Amino acid sequence: MTVAVPLSLNEAFDALSRTPDARLIQGGTDLMVEINFNHVKPVDVIALRRIKELRTWQVNSNNTITIGSGVPYQEMEVGQLKELLPALAEAARTVGSPQIRAAGTLGGNLGTCSPAGDGLPVLFALDAIVHLQSAVTSRELSIHEFMLGVKRNARHANEIITGVTVPILDGWQGYAKVGVRNAMVISVASACLAVDKKNNSVRIALGAVGPTIIRCRDAESWLVQQLDLTTATSIDTTIAQEFGRRVALESKPIDDHRSTAEYRRHAVGVLAQRLITRAYTS
Amino acid sequence: MSESIGNEMYTLRINGQDRPVKDAWVGESLLYVLRERLELPGAKGACEQGECGSCTVLMDGDAVCSCLVMAATAIGADIVTVEGLIEKDPSMATTADVIASQITDVQQAFITEGGVQCGFCTPGLIVAVHHLLDKNSDPTELDVKESISGNICRCTGYGRIFAAVEAVVQVRKASR
Repeated sequence: MTVAVPLSLNEAFDALSRTPDARLIQGGTDLMVEINFNHVKPVDVIALRRIKELRTWQVNSNNTITIGSGVPYQEMEVGQLKELLPALAEAARTVGSPQIRAAGTLGGNLGTCSPAGDGLPVLFALDAIVHLQSAVTSRELSIHEFMLGVKRNARHANEIITGVTVPILDGWQGYAKVGVRNAMVISVASACLAVDKKNNSVRIALGAVGPTIIRCRDAESWLVQQLDLTTATSIDTTIAQEFGRRVALESKPIDDHRSTAEYRRHAVGVLAQRLITRAYTS
Repeated sequence: MSESIGNEMYTLRINGQDRPVKDAWVGESLLYVLRERLELPGAKGACEQGECGSCTVLMDGDAVCSCLVMAATAIGADIVTVEGLIEKDPSMATTADVIASQITDVQQAFITEGGVQCGFCTPGLIVAVHHLLDKNSDPTELDVKESISGNICRCTGYGRIFAAVEAVVQVRKASR
């Protein structure tokens, strides 16, 4: 086994060409659990944590933000990122514990592609673009095309996830999650809701209730017919309830060691109802 | 430093000293290397999946779970363990009396306020509380709760731990 600790993307691509089957590691919070429990014994590892260019983020001129794949969650909880992407800040704050948020990254969430990854519903709600680079190519992929299934994504073996770009929306956005306790918990069900006033649309994405993150397109288009999203200042309880019911119908949960399908479907409907109620309670 | 580390030696910067790690499998966690290779058993191993916080150390100023850090990837990082929080050279701390005279205000407050019962979670909590108070000298109750939300204690019920943090905050305020 070898471990490479490149200091730049170019060095990382060199390492990847020498060891094409290497596991890429960001904060390590997923891979090290697998290693500690002897579930995997990687042959080679390339650690991306010291690549400075992956640990930066910037606001672009076209009203979008690009976040490097190595930016830790703790940076998304505060400051300008929190102001501009409140749903991402809320999701970041629910990731594990302060110790995990100091290490964990969106790059890791995307690389692992677990449906319970807390950053992913936000990226789906915001129609994020994922940036992938190899030594010679560079491409952009919609998050909807990137995540293929449970822990499966469209990254090629010679590519590194360098970051994501998301729009800065005008409108309320938030993230909510159900787990067995308040801190330090993996999602049983989660949801991200974002209102886009400019386009009079609402986006809702669900985590941990299907093989991928699920966008509830039917519930989204139904809500737009009930409510003028740009001018509404409140929402009828009956509309919020019906929105929750429709969202739950679009979930595809399963029974597993963390919860039952029935509970997850119920929970995700409640989360959707709460989020839309929060969005229209000033 | 783009060359790969195989099974040869690598060096970590721990508590201000360069510590070579020899003859180790490079996939080992930082926790394992600290305890089994470098004779620094302060960080404790319990869950090995980042859920209990008993292995908490500081890495470049952040509190992290050392069980989730692949040690060989931590080259170039400034690592501080619970042993390194004591200001004097830890190698001088040989007798119980000497150690007792060197402990930090946070450690003393845990003793005074009864924040230690079985003690297994204590080193991780001490590191997490030092980390909090280094960044925030006047934390709210919620700040304290969130800062130790990744450190699980099954004995104390946390009340005496919160009392210990509050005691340190008050003493540090008074001495400013």
